[in-house]
This record gives sequence, C-alpha cells and structure tokens, in this order.
Amino acid sequence: MKQYIDFFKTQRKQIDASCSSLVNSYRDEAFASFEETGFPIFKSEEYQHTNIAELLDTDFGFYLNYKGESIDPHKLFHCNIPNLSSSPHFIINGHFYKEKNNRNLPDKVFSGSLNTFAEEYPDIFSKYYNKLAEEKGNGLTALNTMFVQDGYVLYVPKNIIIDHPIQLTNIFNGKIDALINRRILIIIEAGSQAKILICDHSTEKEPLYAATQITEIFVEENAVLDFYELEESSKRTIRLADNFVQQSTSSNVMINNITLNNGVTRNNYYIDLDGEFAETYLYGMAIVDDTQKIDNHSVIFHNVPNCQSNELFKYVLDEQSLGVFSGKIIVAENAQKTQAYQNNKNLLGSKECKMYSKPQLIINADDVKCSHGMTTGQLDESALFYMRSRGIPKEEAILLLKYAFTDDVIQGIRLDTLKERLKMLIEKRFRGELIRCQECI
Amino acid sequence: MLIIKELHASINGKEILKGINLEVNAGEIHAIMGPNGSGKSTLSAVLVGNPAFEVTKGEVIFQGENLLEMAPEERSCKGMFLSFQYPVEIPGVSMVNFMRTAVNEHKKCKGEAPLSAGEFLKMMREKQSIVEMDKNLVNRSVNEGFSGGEKKRNEIFQMAMLEPKLAILDETDSGLDIDALRIVANGVNKLKSPDTATIVITHYQRLLDYIKPDVVHVLYNGQIIRTGGPKLALELEEKGYDWLK
Repeated sequence: MKQYIDFFKTQRKQIDASCSSLVNSYRDEAFASFEETGFPIFKSEEYQHTNIAELLDTDFGFYLNYKGESIDPHKLFHCNIPNLSSSPHFIINGHFYKEKNNRNLPDKVFSGSLNTFAEEYPDIFSKYYNKLAEEKGNGLTALNTMFVQDGYVLYVPKNIIIDHPIQLTNIFNGKIDALINRRILIIIEAGSQAKILICDHSTEKEPLYAATQITEIFVEENAVLDFYELEESSKRTIRLADNFVQQSTSSNVMINNITLNNGVTRNNYYIDLDGEFAETYLYGMAIVDDTQKIDNHSVIFHNVPNCQSNELFKYVLDEQSLGVFSGKIIVAENAQKTQAYQNNKNLLGSKECKMYSKPQLIINADDVKCSHGMTTGQLDESALFYMRSRGIPKEEAILLLKYAFTDDVIQGIRLDTLKERLKMLIEKRFRGELIRCQECI
Repeated sequence: MLIIKELHASINGKEILKGINLEVNAGEIHAIMGPNGSGKSTLSAVLVGNPAFEVTKGEVIFQGENLLEMAPEERSCKGMFLSFQYPVEIPGVSMVNFMRTAVNEHKKCKGEAPLSAGEFLKMMREKQSIVEMDKNLVNRSVNEGFSGGEKKRNEIFQMAMLEPKLAILDETDSGLDIDALRIVANGVNKLKSPDTATIVITHYQRLLDYIKPDVVHVLYNGQIIRTGGPKLALELEEKGYDWLK
C-alpha cells in the first residue's frame, strides 16, 4: 500500500499530465480515502478468498502519459467476432485508442475516450462520474480514481436505439510488470437502447499484468442495456473489476460475464434497482483449471417495489483451480412485489479444485417472491454412462456434458452472433484448443 | 453371437447374478422373464458395461470376442445396444448433437467417413418415421421433459440409428399405453434381420404378443431356472412364477 501512496505523492504531475482536469479533480479525495481505508481486508466478509494487498504487492510499472502510437490493434487482433460490431474500440494499456474513421453510430451518441468526454461534456461527466463508485466503493476503487489515465464512455441521449452492438477490447501489451487503472462510464438515457461487449486480452505471456477497472452504468427510464464481458487473458493476469449499476423505472439490464481464460479475477457487481418495474439479468460463467482463480461477488439492492432480478452463475472447475461466488440480494422494507431469483451451480472436475459459494437473501418486505440456491457436484454418472452406451467415448461424453452445463448461461445472451461465437470458443476451451492460434477473440 | 458362461455379478458387495448361462444366435429373439428383483436388469446392465456392477466370475463372448474387457463405448461400436428401462435426461445436450456424435463414432470404429450434415438429417428423418416420433423432439435436449412413452420411442429411434447386432430391450413395455406399445414393437420388428438378435426383458406376456420370441427364459434369484418355447410365456401369464420356484 505504501508504494502507491509514495508514488501518488511524488509523481502527481506525471499522473495528471495527459488527463482532463476534470478527471484529475477527483484524485485528491480518492487519495484521502485510500490513505484512510487502504485495500479491502483479506478474510473480511466480502474478501474471504481474495487477498488484494498481496496481489498488488508487486512493484508494478504504470503507463502514464502514454501515447501508444506504435501499436495498431487491428494488426494485433486482425480477426474479430464476425459481423458483431461495425464499431470496434480498443483500450491499450488503459488508454483509449483513437480511431481515424470510426463513426457508425448515431450523431448524438458519444462513444470514445474518457478524457475527451470530460472535455466535451463536462456537465454530464460531473453528474455521473464516480458517483456510484464513491458511494459504494472501497479502497480499491479509490486507488483506481487516484491513478486512472483514461477509459471509455458510452453516452446515449434520450430515445436513441443503437442497433449494432459496440465492441470494446482491452489489450495489454508491454514488456514490464504493469498495473493499469481504467474506467468505463455508460449512460443510457430514457427510452434508449444499446448493447456492448467488452473483451479482455493480453498479447504477451511474460510480464505480470494487473488491471483495476471501474464500470459505472446508469440506465434511465425505459432504457435497455446489454452488457457483456468476456475475459480471455492469460495466467499472468490479475483483473480486479468493480461494476456499479443504477436502474430507473422500467429499465432492463442484462449483464453477462464470461471468464474463459484468466489468472486471478475478481468481479464485483453492485446493482441498485431504484425505479419500479426495473428488470435485471445478471449471468456469469467461468471455466477455470490449472491454478486459476475466479471470484464473483454481487449485491443487488431492491430499493423499490415491483422490480425483478434474475441471477445465475455457473462454474466449471478443474485441476487446482479455485472458484468463489458470493451473492447477496437485499430487499428493502417497502419493496413489495419484488421478484428475485439467485442461483449458483458448480461442476468440479478434480479432487483438488475448490469452490466456495455463499448465496444470501436479506428480505425486509413481506410480499415478495424470492429464491436462492446453490449446487456443487461432479458430472452426472448416469448421463455419462448413457452416452458411453451409445458409443460416445468417455472423454467426448465428458466434454459434451461440461458444454451442456454452460448452456443456460449462453442461452441468456441476447445477441445471436455472440452466442454462436461463444459456443465455439467454449468448445475449444474444453478441448484445450484455445486460442492463441487465432491471435484474436 | 452371444455366449454367457457361469456369469456372476454383484453391486456393493451383494451378489445379484449367480451363474447365468445363455446362448443367443443371430436371427433369434429371446425373452427373459422373471419376478421383480430376480436380476433381469442387472444382466442387461452387465452386458453393456455399467461400471456400477462388478463381474466376479464367468465370461461373456460377443461375436467371438471377450465382451467383459471392453469399455461401454467399445461394446456399442461392436454392435451391442440397450434400450434403457429408465432413459436418462441430459439437459443442454440436443438430441441432434447427441445422435450425430454417436453415429459418427460408430462410423469411426468401422473405419468409415463421418456423415455429412445433409446425410445425417436424411437418416434421422427416415428412422424417426419407424417409431412415428414427433419431429420436434430431436431439437430438444436428450429425454428432457419427454413423456414416458416418448422416452421409450426415443430409445427405439436410437436403436434404429445405430443399427446394433444385438439389442437388449429392458422393460421397454413398462409405462406404455397400448398404442405406444404397438408402435414400439413395430419399430423393433422392422429392424429385425437374419443377422441381428434381440433379447426382450419383460414382466408381462403382452409385449410378446407383438414381438414373438423364439426362446423364453425364466430368471429367478440370479439364475435361469427354466427355458422353453413361446408357450412358456403364456403359461407364466396364467400361473405366475410360484410353480417354478
């Protein structure tokens, strides 16, 4: 922790140099908060199995004032998800990559760099930026605000429907161990709709890459957002992501997070249902083996009546991997007619892998439909034998069953091209064929 | 085709089969009857290699090869098929994907090229008609949400797709109404040929009205205690099993 305090004190000029003054104006308060609270404490209720201080103890380098001209992401990732997006965006080492011609979106929509947005839309920026992170965040989110260099903003003003999905790819590319602090802000105003897919990639395996990512999402009245995240990084990657979502009346949000390849990952979701008849779908799926770790944490706040939330997380673990799921649904006293469903299912493929699961419901209203459940187990032996008795070899049958296990999370995706692509990626993942050969998503 | 000698098998240390001897030749239909708990289903499970059962003694020769040394998938590829008494539901695995994988594995064993998507779909359509199966079922997950009758039809459909040498029907008649029974039995009869054999395991005579056996065996307490012609089944229907014990 001390290294970050010293670095902030001594390098402030460099930290601020390439950023908008608005972005810089949040750093002092964040720094005070970080000094006071420090990293989330290991073994505390929300961080039982992930030790943030230890993970960030390495002497990481920072990409400050970074221009990244030498990298052409189109060459690094020459094939993309076919037909998925006509508007691809990239964040390279935490900095938004400025495309020369990339304007397939409606005119009033902003889709671009965090710093640019702060310059061009200072009022809107100030209204939303850091609002949820400050309210619900912790020392780690404060660290991000202290050091953030850039990120991505999607701002969709009222009554605009963006048909095409937007794709944002986070790329690590460098020669030194690095910590990247990036920021995503998504504002979908009343009556608007958008779909976004964010992919995490690392192009080199050698250095250790750590990233903190704060995503703040505001979905206003009658607005719809699909937010997909796909992590395909490497074993030498640490991903610490915080997602804050605020939903207004009759809004509809789908979040689907898929961890296909990673090192250590912690994803936090804090979702506020603040307007009646809002709906949330929070899905997650992770495939881990070797010594990979995946820790998904969620809190859904049903603050008002008549909202619905559906949560489903599935894990396929093997070898010495570790999975953690902790999910909490909090129904406020007046939030009658709430419907909240939470489920976590896990498949263990070895004796050494471990799964910790903690589904929680806190209900303070009396007229609600809520359920939560968790199952952890091995493959169904009778199904395995049934398949073998039809001539399907054991290995192939196991693969088909694992694949089938992930099916309901994939079926939740509301984007057919992504669904098809993911099915293929998941099959490859289980066959151990992923993925570097393709040098792309 | 199949020779079983002195077969003993147990589950969790409890002996169920206590010395079975049986010989089935190509072109024959054998019925195995017997009261509950006599070991009928255990015999079928052992023949297809269910790992829950342990063979403690005896041997089984299938088309000249030692069957007991083979993995379940190998037995299937060599032509052994069991129509399960309780077919297993496999959520998330579509019937199409399941059958295509199985059929192509069989092709692979025989050294043949896998079927193209078009060839496979054509084959599916043909075989579905044998058991008058609802076309939509193949787009669903394996057996998931199928009615009892649909599951049994699905078993015979799979049999038609895999074209086994020896088919064992384990209580295929249980839970079927008379129309479904007729359809399933017709399916089995259509698939019969001089090169193949069938073992029908059943409690009741009624299935044997549709699938005429050449030989009827009575299994009791892990042993075959009586073997006879088709008339034996009628006699059992009339008198029950007590007179044989």
